Amino acid sequence: MTVQTMNIAAGSSETSQPVFHVLDEHAHPEGYSTSLGFWIYLMSDCLIFAMLFAVFGVLGGNYAAGPAPKDLFDLKLVAVNTSMLLLSSITYGFAMLTMEKSQVRATQMWLAITGLFGLAFIGIELTEFAHMIHEGATPQRSAFLSSFFTLVGTHGLHVSFGLVWLVTLMVQVARYGLIEANRRRLMCLSMFWHFLDVVWIGVFTFVYLLGMLR
Amino acid sequence: MFDNPALIKAIFGRLTLESLPLHEPIVVGTFAVVALGGVALFGAVTYFKLWGYLWREWFTTVDHKRIGIMYMILGIVMLLRGFADAIMMRGQQMLAFNGSEGYLNAHHYDQIFTAHGVIMIFFVAMPLVTGLMNYVVPLQIGARDVSFPFLNNFSFWMTVGGAVLVMASLFIGEFARTGWLAYPPLSNLGYSPDVGVDYYIWALQVAGIGTTLSGINLICTIVKLRAPGMTMMKMPVFTWTSLCTNVLIVASFPVLTVVLALLSLDRYVGTNFFTNDFGGSPMMYVNLIWIWGHPEVYILVLPAFGIFSEVTSTFSGKRLFGYTSMVYATVVITILSYLVWLHHFFTMGSGASVNSFFGITTMIISIPTGAKMFNWLFTMYRGRIRFELPMMWTIAFMLTFVIGGMTGVLLAVPPADFVLHNSLFLVAHFHNVIIGGVLFGLFAGIGYWFPKAFGFRLDPFWGKLSFWFWVTGFFFAFMPLYVLGLMGVTRRLRVFDDPSLQIWFIIAGFGAFLILLGIGCMLMQFAVSFLRREQLRDVTGDPWNGRTLEWATSSPPPDYNFAFTPVVYDNDAWFDMKRRGYSRPLTGFKPIHMPSNTGTGIILAGLATAMGFALIWYIWWLAALCVIGLFVVAIGHTFNYHRDFDIPADEVVRVEEARTRLIAAGAK
Amino acid sequence: MRALKLLALLPFAAALGGCDFVVLAPAGDVAAQQRDLVVISTVLMLLIVLPVMALTVLFAWRYRQTNTQAAYDPEWDHSTGLELVIWSAPLLIIVCLGALTWMGTHLLDPYRTLGRIDSNRPVVAQDAPLNVEVVALDWKWLFIYPDYGVATVNELAAPVDRPIHFRITASSVMNSFYIPALAGQIYAMPGMETKLHAVANKPGSFKGFSANYSGAGFSGMHFTFKSLASTEFDGWIANVRASAAKLTRADYLKLERPSSNEPVRKYAAVDNDLYKAILNMCVEAGKMCMSEMMAIDAKGGLGHQGLNNTLPLTYDKYARRGAPLGPEPTYVAGICSVDELKGRTSPDLAAPLDMTPLRGIGLTRPPFSPANSSTSLLLGQRQKSDS
Repeated sequence: MTVQTMNIAAGSSETSQPVFHVLDEHAHPEGYSTSLGFWIYLMSDCLIFAMLFAVFGVLGGNYAAGPAPKDLFDLKLVAVNTSMLLLSSITYGFAMLTMEKSQVRATQMWLAITGLFGLAFIGIELTEFAHMIHEGATPQRSAFLSSFFTLVGTHGLHVSFGLVWLVTLMVQVARYGLIEANRRRLMCLSMFWHFLDVVWIGVFTFVYLLGMLR
Repeated sequence: MFDNPALIKAIFGRLTLESLPLHEPIVVGTFAVVALGGVALFGAVTYFKLWGYLWREWFTTVDHKRIGIMYMILGIVMLLRGFADAIMMRGQQMLAFNGSEGYLNAHHYDQIFTAHGVIMIFFVAMPLVTGLMNYVVPLQIGARDVSFPFLNNFSFWMTVGGAVLVMASLFIGEFARTGWLAYPPLSNLGYSPDVGVDYYIWALQVAGIGTTLSGINLICTIVKLRAPGMTMMKMPVFTWTSLCTNVLIVASFPVLTVVLALLSLDRYVGTNFFTNDFGGSPMMYVNLIWIWGHPEVYILVLPAFGIFSEVTSTFSGKRLFGYTSMVYATVVITILSYLVWLHHFFTMGSGASVNSFFGITTMIISIPTGAKMFNWLFTMYRGRIRFELPMMWTIAFMLTFVIGGMTGVLLAVPPADFVLHNSLFLVAHFHNVIIGGVLFGLFAGIGYWFPKAFGFRLDPFWGKLSFWFWVTGFFFAFMPLYVLGLMGVTRRLRVFDDPSLQIWFIIAGFGAFLILLGIGCMLMQFAVSFLRREQLRDVTGDPWNGRTLEWATSSPPPDYNFAFTPVVYDNDAWFDMKRRGYSRPLTGFKPIHMPSNTGTGIILAGLATAMGFALIWYIWWLAALCVIGLFVVAIGHTFNYHRDFDIPADEVVRVEEARTRLIAAGAK
Repeated sequence: MRALKLLALLPFAAALGGCDFVVLAPAGDVAAQQRDLVVISTVLMLLIVLPVMALTVLFAWRYRQTNTQAAYDPEWDHSTGLELVIWSAPLLIIVCLGALTWMGTHLLDPYRTLGRIDSNRPVVAQDAPLNVEVVALDWKWLFIYPDYGVATVNELAAPVDRPIHFRITASSVMNSFYIPALAGQIYAMPGMETKLHAVANKPGSFKGFSANYSGAGFSGMHFTFKSLASTEFDGWIANVRASAAKLTRADYLKLERPSSNEPVRKYAAVDNDLYKAILNMCVEAGKMCMSEMMAIDAKGGLGHQGLNNTLPLTYDKYARRGAPLGPEPTYVAGICSVDELKGRTSPDLAAPLDMTPLRGIGLTRPPFSPANSSTSLLLGQRQKSDS
């Protein structure tokens, strides 16, 4: 944003009158602010998760004479689930690498694999939820369960949105190729996806691992 | 087919004919007036065939200037509603003595004070603040639009959606009877089983999402789109305060989103976040909502501080005193505003150390605020002060705000708060800072930038009349409340049994009446100014001898704001340009790249609003349809890759030459 | 102009000399100390506020455009010395005020037992505090005197110059317990206890009320605080004891139902554990007390068995209706424990017969209430209990 980087009309340097406007102007490239904007959005989303973590922190021990984490969680299943999400982040990374090389087909393949991992993650999470609800450990049973379902569920909802977005982008890449706009969108989704991964690491640690120790 | 109750319930949820308050004469009367007004407006727009124009040029616009103006209109319209609530409360409290129940029952009165608070904060102050920021910031930084013009349109319509829901609650069902922050357990399903709190939740949720997105948008705009040469420390102060405000928005509105979402889960799904039973904690709601609520106060007042800085400097004909310390003061306030939320509930019994920590952090905020006050003072010092309306509002602000600030610091002393908390003293305090600080600032801003937006000044006669009514009305309305607070009178009371209090309520009611006249004069001012626009016309684009970039372009500015992006060398960029004999370029125009209008924003916001309405009334099928619709429209929108166009150079030449002629004509 | 307006208010002020500025002239030592803090802080702040206001008027007048005599210095925008002053002046005031706040807050912490009766007399050993248990109900106040075994509604009495120790809770929603003449307020919250220590120094009748909006009957939720000489207080207790009424748990369950503008009631006897039961939200038979629940939770809950210890809510004390998308409302059943046995539960302990649905607002039920909702998307069709 400094004067030096901009192309300013020359010609009046000999007078004391400085140049007051850019004559040879290039419009800001499309999506000039997108990555900053998306970062800020992610931070606001991060705040949402922070609040949900805080709520879980406060209410996480209020079992209302009901079951505690160690009665409910199946750590092996959660570990599998975690690996699904971590693997999906890695495959998304491959998708970005192939995108850099403009290999449409390879990008699409990696995106599809990412989507499958994501789907597996959601599937396992839903199984876990269904199992708990079936046992009677519903979100209504205690404040601990309310905050657990809300925190994990919000993350799951984000992953689901991510999947919808992923499919949309795959269609768009198929239709329009790896054009500048699509690359930018893939970059945004990539940040979103990795962000969810980071959040999940928090969930896994604070909710599941520490919950078992509680 | 319609004799099957299950079917009707499936179709209409809990919405029945009885939900319409047909038995309430006041509401029916209001509805009649609003409906007649609506029909007249609708008819007029149809008759003059304005729908197409409105849709093309306004509803679908992505121009930050038009969106800014629409925000202002929304704010002023909602001000009328919010003020109607205020004057009804004043009336009730004036009358309900000596065994009289007043004219409002609890069901009504409790809705009215809740709606008053919600509307004034979310749908008056927020739209007016956002509107001014939207209009002015891109002009002040020499940009052509905001970073995400489509998002801007969408944010605006989401805010409108929230306002529509609040207004709908007046005629369909009811509004919350919980106070403006809807503390549980009172706002839980058990104690508020009706639609009121659901209206509250969805109105704020829809509007809140719009506000968050608008915050992201303006941060990006300020960080990325500044004119070359405008370093952070050369930004106009209003831009600085806007930046801080939007940082606050992005860092606090998600908290509101979460806390409202948790409350709605409690109400819709039966979870136990804020219930008394099953381990829930209502205290957590109070904490969370104030973690949003306190920064919200600064979200409103920081832009007002920015406006006062611009106005004082312009009308004193002087550089702003202590620009650097002003900026640091703003940043310090931004950060500190997150460390004080607990002062809203010292009386919850948090313990002396916690209370004194939050009390002292609160007081610390008064240091940068005090420094700002002195900076304005010393900007006036050795100036040449022109008492145009914006400057009058500024002086009125300086004299009233210090009182509000003082009582605020007083309330930050926990033991003092124990005797004044929730009293009318508190009510007087926050009206003192919100009217004396935020509203006076917004009025100053409206008077200051109106000529920029419309090309003519506001009529000073009606403006001054409005000013004096407002200022005297404010003192008459709120000084008695300070007094009543010292008599131990608490807020939100509907009837009183101590007749000696009545006189103070009558004085306060008189004050409210004066403010009513002030609002009337203000509307009159707009009307008269429009009629006398030729006499009040300003062709220079710089009616006040301004100092910042927005005055460098024409009034109203062309779609593209600046034909050439300005280059900045000084804090007071435009003043610097004028001083160094800048002349407007008349040739060499190029095509200008601009974003295209789109109807997606209004459609998405409409769907979100309809979804809110459906959820309020348990009309599940409609809610589901709306969610599907939201996805389809949003995804469909991403398939449109052509969202920009070029304003051809010929068009730019035409507009600029027209301005040249106008200036020449004006100079004669 | 502002001063003029204040002047205009003066005649009113004179006419209203009889007004009772109770916050500024309280009858209790705690409130008096709080008043002192209010006054001292205000004076401290006026030290800076008054000069600012005066300078505003002065500069606005002096540097008006028409006064061409005044100096005009359009480029003057910085002065390190002045900046130091304008930051340090408020800072100094805040340092003083902060110190005052820190000390005052700790000294006047409502949880802290009193050290003095008033500014001249320290508390001595024989000044055993009067214990009062306060319950904010919808929309009236219940006062239980555990030392005397009596209770009153909407009337509170205490002897002059004897420290009072309030324990405060609420039955349903949040209220704030406030007697301006006696001491500052503190919230009354369901399932939680707050404490307040205070002492009255002057005899008389004072107003007490809820200072936190709590629903439709809020305006009528006030009571009389009688500060009585020691002998008069004994007489007052005797008078309460002479009343025929007793407050059992069943009576309490009737009393707690929403009602507004309640008259004074006196109870000669009170169920011994009533306050504890109210605080732990287990006045009804068979409901698990919060103290017990918290003890169980601290030990890690009841495991899978805990999933079975809920019962459908029949007596809907907390007006906890089923959410439209949730299952039928339940409560956690108590398990036989020491806690339960310690209390002498009266044999007539049963929910009141009146089973009309209870609603916090206490008004007629609009037809669009969710109570009758029976569609539950999440868990299929299920009939909701109606009470």
